[in-house]
Amino acid sequence: MSKHEIRSPLPGTFYRSPAPDVPPFKTDGDAVSSSDAIGLIEVMKTFQEIQAGVAGGNIRFLVDNEEPVMAGQVIAEVEQ
Amino acid sequence: MKLRSVLVANRGEIAVRIIRAAKALGIRTVQVYSAADADMLAVKLADEAIEIGPPAPKKSYLNIEAVIAAAKRANVDAVHPGYGFLSENGDFADAVVAAGLIFIGPSGDAIRLLGDKVAARTVAEKAGVPTVPGSDGRISSLTEALAVTERTGFPVMIKAAAGGGGRGIRIANDPAELETQFPQASAEALASFGDGGLYLEKVITRARHVEVQILGDGMDVVHCYERECSLQRRRQKVWEEAPSFLVPPEVRQKLCDSAVALARSVGYRGAGTVEYLYDDETREFYFIEVNTRIQVEHPVTEMITGIDLVEEMFRIAAGASLSVVQSDIAVKGHAIECRINAEDPRRGFMPAPGRIERLDVPEGEGIRFDTMLYEGYVIPPFYDSLLGKLIVWGEDRTACLARLSQALSQLKIKGVPTTIPLHRALAADAQIAKGAFHTRFLETWLETEFAADGGRAAEVA
Repeated sequence: MSKHEIRSPLPGTFYRSPAPDVPPFKTDGDAVSSSDAIGLIEVMKTFQEIQAGVAGGNIRFLVDNEEPVMAGQVIAEVEQ
Repeated sequence: MKLRSVLVANRGEIAVRIIRAAKALGIRTVQVYSAADADMLAVKLADEAIEIGPPAPKKSYLNIEAVIAAAKRANVDAVHPGYGFLSENGDFADAVVAAGLIFIGPSGDAIRLLGDKVAARTVAEKAGVPTVPGSDGRISSLTEALAVTERTGFPVMIKAAAGGGGRGIRIANDPAELETQFPQASAEALASFGDGGLYLEKVITRARHVEVQILGDGMDVVHCYERECSLQRRRQKVWEEAPSFLVPPEVRQKLCDSAVALARSVGYRGAGTVEYLYDDETREFYFIEVNTRIQVEHPVTEMITGIDLVEEMFRIAAGASLSVVQSDIAVKGHAIECRINAEDPRRGFMPAPGRIERLDVPEGEGIRFDTMLYEGYVIPPFYDSLLGKLIVWGEDRTACLARLSQALSQLKIKGVPTTIPLHRALAADAQIAKGAFHTRFLETWLETEFAADGGRAAEVA
């Protein structure tokens, strides 16, 4: 089993849920498919959906909700 | 009294603009900044700078406690809120005053009164200002909403009482859509603004957005004529002009007088803008809202009247009377402002932060570029995409458009995509030259004219 890193394609602010007061897209331990949304990046007041990009299990987030991220920064890891 | 020092509670180009005005008046400047903004131009230009929190606006520029603490620490006399952020937050204005400082803008009560769209509409009606046909104040039920549409017809806008700046608006084309959207709009308004209050307004199709600049000192109010701001995308202004060249003189007079009457009725103090929809066909105008702050597009008014609105705000805040009377204010020539954003107009206006590799700014008579850019500056991703505003003046609109095309071809920003190609295409467009546009013109034009060649024709020309 190997770990796959999911990186942010853009700099901005990372959000774990689609809107305030709703549950996060994914929580630690969830399985993901490639097209699953795992978060949003807010860049200059617009929101871009971040997809897992790979299928895997036991996702683990490395960035908290509403934290700033750099382009290329690892947001989460999944096991493959 | 004399203002000796000011805290600039904003960022970007408007912070730079405020600092320049303060310096011209000999006022010491203190700039607040977030952890992401240590390198911004306003920090470099200010006499002193204070970090107030992390990048996220709500932890820094929207954090009332942090801003007030910085103002106290810097021992300033006054706070200038700029636009956006805390500029139309009545509680912030109150907090500044409670800290023993001067808020450069109207009172907290005036901000709350005019910021509530329903209350402002009532103020306008009382002052004899025409309003868009719609509900008499807030509506609490769908039944009430449906009854209103018997008078106004469809389509109608469902607006959040606490909304503004184009946010919190939905359009219903028939009773069925109203039924679906009404509860959604209420829930959305509650979530976004903490107030689920709604009101209805008839949609004026093919209207222009025209707005009047006002200045009040608490006793007297003058207007500095109007701006034409119909070119909008997603309800955000893209290109603004002054004056609004196709409004007939007698209508212009009534429009400007009505803005003054409204502001006078509340003893307005500071710079403000009264926004209207104007119907070319019927020559009727309708009040939309009041903005109780300096606007992004204020420079076009400055270019045609010669009045420095930001300096005027400082004087009024210091307790001085208006430095001008109405008969001193005249329109000379025509001005156009292009908002230059870090967005790619050929890729759905996708915003892109990044490093400014090169910056060439056009100079010359009638050309002004308000910006926070410098070569090597890294634009952070946490705030809006406005990079600067190119403002051009000419003896008349034709001369202004010609000078604008020239200036746009000389403005070079390398490192991030910008909306310069969009503006070059607009400046070369025949419909724009005729002034044949309305608030929904630009979105259609983008899908047809601009999509066809992405503004390349204008670049070759």
